[in-house]
Amino acid sequence: MCQVGEDYGGPGPAELQPKLPWRGCEQKCMKCKEGLPVLIIRAGDAFCKDCFKAYYIHKFRAMLGKNRLIFPGEKVLLAWSGGPSSSSMIWQVQEGLSRESAKRLRFVPGVIYVDEGAVCGQSLEERAKTVAEMKLILQTVGFPYHIVSLEEVFNLPASVLQPVSQGPQGPENTYKEAVDGFIQQQQRLPEEGGQEAALSDELRRLSTRDPVGPEEAAGDSLPRPAQSTALTTLFSSVKTLTAKEELLQTLRAHLILHTARLHGYSKVMLGDSCTRLAIKLMTNLALGRGAFLAWDTGFSDDRHGDVVLLRPMRDYTLKEIAFYNRMFGVPSVFTPAIDTKAPEKASIHRLMESFILRLQAQFPSTISTVYRTSEKLVKAPRNGGAAGPVPTRCLLCMCTLDIDSADSATAFGAQTLEHLSQKPTPPPGAPGRPCCTRGTELPRACCRGPQPASQREEPRASFIEQLCYSCRVNMKDVPFLEPLPPYILTEAQCRRQRIGEIKPVATGGCGFLLGTLTQIRPSGVPLPSSWPTSSGRAGPREGASWVAWVKQEIQEFLFEESEGEDPDGN
Amino acid sequence: MPVPRCSGPCGGARPAALRRPRTGGAVCRTCFCSAFEAEVLSTLQTGRLLPPGAVVAVGASGGKDSTVLAHVLQVLDARHALGLDLRLVAVDEGIGGYRDAALAAVRRQAARWQLPLTVVAYAELFGGWTMDEVARRAAQEPGRARACCTFCGVLRRRALEEGAQRVGATHIVTGHNADDMAETVLMNFLRGDAGRLARGGTLGSPGEGGALPRCRPLQFASQKEIVLYAHFQELDYFSEECVYAPEAFRGHVRDLLKALEAARPSVVLDLVHSAERLALAPAARPPPPGACIRCGALASRSLCQACALLDGLNRGRPRLAIGKGRKGLGEEGEREGCTSKTRGRPTLAGAIQAF
Repeated sequence: MCQVGEDYGGPGPAELQPKLPWRGCEQKCMKCKEGLPVLIIRAGDAFCKDCFKAYYIHKFRAMLGKNRLIFPGEKVLLAWSGGPSSSSMIWQVQEGLSRESAKRLRFVPGVIYVDEGAVCGQSLEERAKTVAEMKLILQTVGFPYHIVSLEEVFNLPASVLQPVSQGPQGPENTYKEAVDGFIQQQQRLPEEGGQEAALSDELRRLSTRDPVGPEEAAGDSLPRPAQSTALTTLFSSVKTLTAKEELLQTLRAHLILHTARLHGYSKVMLGDSCTRLAIKLMTNLALGRGAFLAWDTGFSDDRHGDVVLLRPMRDYTLKEIAFYNRMFGVPSVFTPAIDTKAPEKASIHRLMESFILRLQAQFPSTISTVYRTSEKLVKAPRNGGAAGPVPTRCLLCMCTLDIDSADSATAFGAQTLEHLSQKPTPPPGAPGRPCCTRGTELPRACCRGPQPASQREEPRASFIEQLCYSCRVNMKDVPFLEPLPPYILTEAQCRRQRIGEIKPVATGGCGFLLGTLTQIRPSGVPLPSSWPTSSGRAGPREGASWVAWVKQEIQEFLFEESEGEDPDGN
Repeated sequence: MPVPRCSGPCGGARPAALRRPRTGGAVCRTCFCSAFEAEVLSTLQTGRLLPPGAVVAVGASGGKDSTVLAHVLQVLDARHALGLDLRLVAVDEGIGGYRDAALAAVRRQAARWQLPLTVVAYAELFGGWTMDEVARRAAQEPGRARACCTFCGVLRRRALEEGAQRVGATHIVTGHNADDMAETVLMNFLRGDAGRLARGGTLGSPGEGGALPRCRPLQFASQKEIVLYAHFQELDYFSEECVYAPEAFRGHVRDLLKALEAARPSVVLDLVHSAERLALAPAARPPPPGACIRCGALASRSLCQACALLDGLNRGRPRLAIGKGRKGLGEEGEREGCTSKTRGRPTLAGAIQAF
């Protein structure tokens, strides 16, 4: 593959792995040169069991130590999905905490598990069974744990979506100073007494609506059926799997964030591995999140201000994690995800995952290359800055908005122009009302009744306005705002009022609005037969097949001309 | 199913002839063509790409993109009096069975549009090297990919620059479309080309150090719409694929993009949007370019990539200038403070290698 900066065309497609002089049991571990190797990682490094364990543990501690973001005595929430990466992470933390005092990890861990069974189509019994298995493992681990179900997003307060500004941090804040500051803060707390406790209580009061009591470490009660139904309604109203996955990630992130705030955790550790992050990076590129890649895939994600998300497993490939878990008996629980058993072409996430894994099989350095490139990304603010000294944040993903409606020499500008040029010019008296007139392709819900038009479109338009580019694209697949959890709608309303209701809807929002209710792809059109099968590219493609494919592809967009039509222009 | 009425500015006066791929709206032929042209015009105007009085060298390959580009520029120039002087520049890489047929198409187009045509051949510019010859030499190492596209891309940009200088152009335009840009950003990530990612941007290159400014008026137009436009305008273009294309890495990415578009039709523009907003570390950006000591073209090191590649070929070591190190070329020592990671791959003439 054409790797930049590497000797071009390392192994050609015919030759997949470098030839190892595999002489069976004669080969020794490459590290200690004594033990018998039990596995090979990377491009031919053979390790014995002990060296592998040492290497694995060292990597974890080096990742934490190099980044120096965790203060001693800090409360850190470990997000556990039951999968191998997060299980391994918890195991490493456990290992690290139990060492001799000099090298011991010094923070206070807790574990959170989010039960997403309702969205993944699991019945209540299955969910209860899974939760019981989880609890078994969590009890052996011994950290305080919180089991929350996704239905609790309906109880979240709108403060989840409000960014908390960090205290003024000087640019020369070294780690030592930060630790000192943190310790001082901790010592001050008992004196300031009820303030932090009051905050927690306040959150607790806002979050739980019914008198069942705060969701504590017990979390025994299964969610109320009404909430489960609301959740399933929300997710079934979303049209595409891509949008569902994105929505799920957003809700999960908010839930974890809220739980962390509630119980005083200032850091959250996520178990994303190198493989997963490489796939996530490419997926986010395709979703339009190029501006936020550093936050989405970097080691630390500080967009929420007070709670920082960390990814200590980002240096481990899935292969290493799998081998470690197997060799050292790390327990994990399998839970189906929202896209389990979905066909490969069902969502962008699935497509990208299978593409990268296939490519990795053919060019073994793909994932490490993407990882290396991701390390070069920085959390730069957009040049040109958004309106106002404090840049607005996206309502859902909490990143600084990356859309500048004034700048039309961009892809976003091109899209809105496309939408606008397609419609007959709207009546001049209603600049913000892209209501349907004759000539619309589909009779839309907004025009079936004369009045509801304005009332329904206005909140949606202003909602869309508060989102970043990729969240807007996702919202195109969410036809109705009502099923969304109340905290989102409340916050949207608050922001709208803050900005001022009379603000005209910018053309940007208008353009996207036009797209939201339109069926983008004609349904029932068969896919072209020359598409690659899931076995991937076996070798050189036929010469003209791509160009022929494009020509064939446009056939589906052409209408058959019926006889007797107006010959003008057709 | 009855054909729906057009939803474009004609207000349903005509039956729709097609459905626009990205938005799904049904439009008639006239509205589609005028919308397409309006979008290209908007790209030109908002980016202020081609000032009036510009002598524009249009890179014409005979393929659908450059054909549509030349046609639209002509139409817009006539309709809106943009004051452009269009000249076609075609590059003959010397690929038998492909380029000669394409050039025939270009000649037909030039005759039909009454535009001056200049053909620049590799063999003439680069000391007798044609792509077929390069491919033969590069194939001598068994078990390795041939890297034909690497050579061809670098040399073609050099040739285009040369051709443009010959016709006295002030700007160069190429027919890269939105799909090309989307593929390129995916490719750059997969190849780890932070230099190109940092350098790239959607507004072409402003032209520095004597190189001509370049732009891509079709950069927001989707490939399908270009084909549809060519279909409705009945443009004559050459539609075969390059003989060496099946070996290219871009093919993988192209297949991926096809599949992504089925899952979400707006993915192409989403990728372009992502590319516009990438933020890379300053260290990843390439150093400011100087001039090649041999040919004077824009270069990040002492030798421009075209000269370096040719050097390798002439010495019988085709891979000399490809990949890390570039040892043995007789260049000056590395720039100070430049680690191997930040060197990236130099390009020439503000070349649009990123997108």
